[in-house]
Order: sequence, then structure tokens, then C-alpha cells
Amino acid sequence: MQIKEDTLNYLAHLGRIELEAQESKILSGQLKDILDFIDQLKKVDIKDVSATSHILSISNVLRDDLSGESLTREDALKNAPVKEGNFFVVPKVIE
Amino acid sequence: MNYQPVIGLEVHLHLKTKSKAFCGCSTEFGKEPNSQVCPVCLGFPGSLPVLNQTAFFYAVKTGLALNCSIAEFTKFDRKNYYYPDLPKNYQISQYDMPIASEGFLDIESEGKPKRVGIIRVHLEEDAGKLIHRDDSSCVDFNRAGIPLLEIVTKPEINSPLEAYEYLTLLKSTLEYLDVSDCDMEKGSLRCDANVSVRKKSETTLGTKTELKNMNSFKGVRDALAYEIDRQIEVLGSGGKLIQETRLWDPQKLKTHPMRSKEEAMDYRYFPEPDLPPFVIAKDKCAQIKREIPELPRQKVLRFMKEYNLSAYDARVLASSKSNALYAEECLVNYSGKDKKQIVNWLTGALLSQARSRNCPLSGLKVTPSDLIKLVGFVEKQQVSALSAKTVLAQMISTGRAPEEIIKEKNLSQICDESSLEAFIEEAIKENPKSVKDYQQGKQNALMFLVGQTMKKSKGKANPKVVQELLKRRI
Repeated sequence: MQIKEDTLNYLAHLGRIELEAQESKILSGQLKDILDFIDQLKKVDIKDVSATSHILSISNVLRDDLSGESLTREDALKNAPVKEGNFFVVPKVIE
Repeated sequence: MNYQPVIGLEVHLHLKTKSKAFCGCSTEFGKEPNSQVCPVCLGFPGSLPVLNQTAFFYAVKTGLALNCSIAEFTKFDRKNYYYPDLPKNYQISQYDMPIASEGFLDIESEGKPKRVGIIRVHLEEDAGKLIHRDDSSCVDFNRAGIPLLEIVTKPEINSPLEAYEYLTLLKSTLEYLDVSDCDMEKGSLRCDANVSVRKKSETTLGTKTELKNMNSFKGVRDALAYEIDRQIEVLGSGGKLIQETRLWDPQKLKTHPMRSKEEAMDYRYFPEPDLPPFVIAKDKCAQIKREIPELPRQKVLRFMKEYNLSAYDARVLASSKSNALYAEECLVNYSGKDKKQIVNWLTGALLSQARSRNCPLSGLKVTPSDLIKLVGFVEKQQVSALSAKTVLAQMISTGRAPEEIIKEKNLSQICDESSLEAFIEEAIKENPKSVKDYQQGKQNALMFLVGQTMKKSKGKANPKVVQELLKRRI
């Protein structure tokens, strides 16, 4: 399946990544390969296979409602590109 | 004016758990920014979510209370979008298999019963909080990951008042269930509305707008009323509506379009691979159902039947679980036949005091047994209705028993004729003109003399007895 340029640009936008023309070319080829690879599944006979939403056959993994330790603020903010006081700081997001 | 509004409401609710939905961070409100975060709720690579079972069971409980079918099999999905309040760049939510669906809430609007359909109740996680400044935004992730319940109605609400009544009863129901604080000021309950209008003859839905930023139920009602008028005006003048999100401005009392650089959202939902699915066994469901207390609507109907209360009084008393408990203790133990005598105190003086102090009835230092005693004194005319109000005020501020206050302040009502004789004598002597007027047939003059006698007794005389005595004397 060929990946159209529009589709690729749309996906790049959803993922918030900018692509150079050269990268676009490489990625559309790789995406095609991935989709073709996955498409092989269409040939499998799944008549007797029940639908699943998870790869493991386990369910109901729950924990008790107990509050425990959180990170220290120093650790939480350690890798933030921009911080101020106790806050992460990001570019303005509303007009 | 032949347009019909069509409204659907979406309520988001913080569940009252100690820890977040998928990690052990505390959910306590108002702590230092970014002090309740961990690798899971900050979305660090390699961290894994594990669902909080209290949040899960609260969701089931709410679904049952809203008459929903509970899914036997449910799962979580990733809702993908980029926004700085969302550390993982996806929200763990539920897409096609919500915990509960197809329910309803029976409300009453302008005296008429109405059933509001519920499409779904699902569990998700809240995002962080953004504080916007001139040139940047500050992010606090303490709220990120708090369990959030989304409750969506069918587009079956047809007026702003119905929307208000639905929200009021929903909130009260949730408080009875004890699954949330429902505090709009703290953001633990939020409401968005979808609204459109259509000609009454039409069956298809009109173009809708989504309303956001209402921070009270009154705000929701006002925003809907404004938006309905706006839509009717646009359509009436031959214009066309566009589907958009509009923000309510509580100062200007207007909605305005939310400016957004984004095109239509494309969330690319897919099953959350980090959480295995959940099976809700029938017996577990039945067990949770048994834990559901009597809900506000049932309580209103029972109060009306058992204590012969008016629909209005019953609704006022049952609107909060704690007040209903207090009221019922009064109603059960009050031996008078006409429960209205004690209900008037509960819904009147007592409730207004509680409201002004922002506390429940039980927070007023007045025990049900002391209130019953006070009402009894009024009935036996041992204290006037007016003095009883003074006594109640003292009871509220000191927590002392009514008989002590009446004795100390000398407020007991004077009924016996010999004690009243002197006051009446004085009143007659000082107001010969009024006496004459009454004798010439002016009824008002008698009431004036009653008033004068009351004054002389410092409000302690029983006005009925005074009136009788005056009639006999002049």
C-alpha cells in the first residue's frame, strides 16, 4: 500500500514532528513496509479465534487504594527543560 | 418562539479516593505544585499503571445508582492528543466498552416528572492543571491521574431549568453514594453542555455548540439560556449556525467562540496495552448494589408518605444526605401529630443558619432532641414564637438546652390572666383614644392595644390571651 504525501504529513502533524523532504521519502517507504507486513495477518484464518483486546489472558489486576510515596519535587522537576519554582514551564498554549 | 432546545450534559467527577487512578500518589487537594507526582503519572518510560480498585468499584456503584447496565467485560483505551497538561501525550480513558451504559435519572421540573437518559458512565484519568501567564504557562501535575468519572446524558433535556434540576439531583445522588466531594470550586465536579435548537415539527437535531467554562449549576443554566436565545436569533434572521466550542463568560453573561488553532480532533483511540481487561462478576455487582443507600428521590417519596410532608419540604430536607438524617431523627422522635410544626423550623430558621455558616444541620450544636423540646414549648405556649427564635439563636451559638436559656433569659410566655392584668391596665390608661375607637367598632384599634400590651410585657405576654382579656375589659 502506497503512503500518500498528505497522509504522511497528517501523521507527522498528529505526532508533532517536522519532516524534511528526505526524511519524508524514507519514512513513507518504511511505513509502506510496516503496513504490508501487518497486512499478512489478513490472510490468517481466524474463524475459530475469539476477539481479544489484550495479549495476555489475565484480567482484574487491581491495587488497594493506598497512597504512598511520591517523587521529591527536585527529582520530579530535574529533567524539565524549563522550570520555575515548583512548576514546569511551557510555551504559552492559549491565545 | 416555536423552537425547541435540545441539550445533552457531560459531567466530569473526581472520585473520592486516597490515591490516584493508576498510581499511589495522593489525591489531596491544595498541596504544593508537583509534590504528588511519580514516574507513572508523569509518564516516565517503563512505568506501568495499575488500576485503583476503589475507583473501579465507585464507577460501578455510580452506574448502578443511575440505573445503568454494568458491563460484564470492560477495558481501557488510550486517547491520544498533545497538550502540555497531559504528560504521557495520551489519556487513559474508555472508548467502546464503558463500565456502565444505558441508564437514566428521574428528575422533576416545574412539578412535572421527566426521565433523563444516561448514555454512558466511564472511568478515565484527569489531566494536570495549567496556569496561564502573559508569555508562558506553568504546569502542575498533582491533578494528573486523579480518577475521573464521565457521565454523559442523551440529548433529551429540553430547557435550561431541566438541565439545572438534573445536575442538582445528580450531585445529590453522588453525595448520597459518597463517591465524590462534588465541589465545583475545587474542580471535583465539572460540567460541559451540548446544545442545539430545532423547530418543534422537526425530528433531526440542529447544529450544536459545545459550551464550556461554567463553574456553577447556575452558570450552566444561564449559559444555556443565553446560547438558546442566540441560536434562535441567528436562525430566525436567516443565518446559519456553525458547530463550535463556545466559552461562557460569567462576568459578561455571554458565550463567545473558543479560538483554537487545532482542526477537528483525531484521538486515534486504541486499547491500552498496559492494562489487562476487567471482568465484573454478577455477584460482585450484586454486592455493590446492596451497598447503595436510599437515594434522594426515594427518600423524598418516603418522607412525603411517612411524615406527610409537602413535595417541597421533602425535597429541601432530602437534598443532602446528612441533613436528611438529621431531619429524620427530628421527625421520628417528634410526638406531635402535625409534623409541619417541626418541619417549619428545620426548613426555615435552622436551615438558613446552616447555610449561612456553610455547614450541615448537624454542625449547628442543636441536637434533634433539643429542637423537639423547643418546638414543644412553642406548642404548649410556654414560649412565644418570637422568643423561640431568640432561644434558637442562643442554642446555635452555645449548644445549651432550650429550657436553660428560657429560664436564664426569663423568656417564658405569660399566659395567666392575673400576671397580665397590670400590663393591660397600663395600656388602656395610656391610650384612651384607641379604647374609644374600638368601642366605636374599629377592629384595628384592638390590635394596636394588643401591641402596646405586648410592648409593656417585653414581648413575653401571650398575644391571644391578651386579646381575649382586652375584649372583655373594654
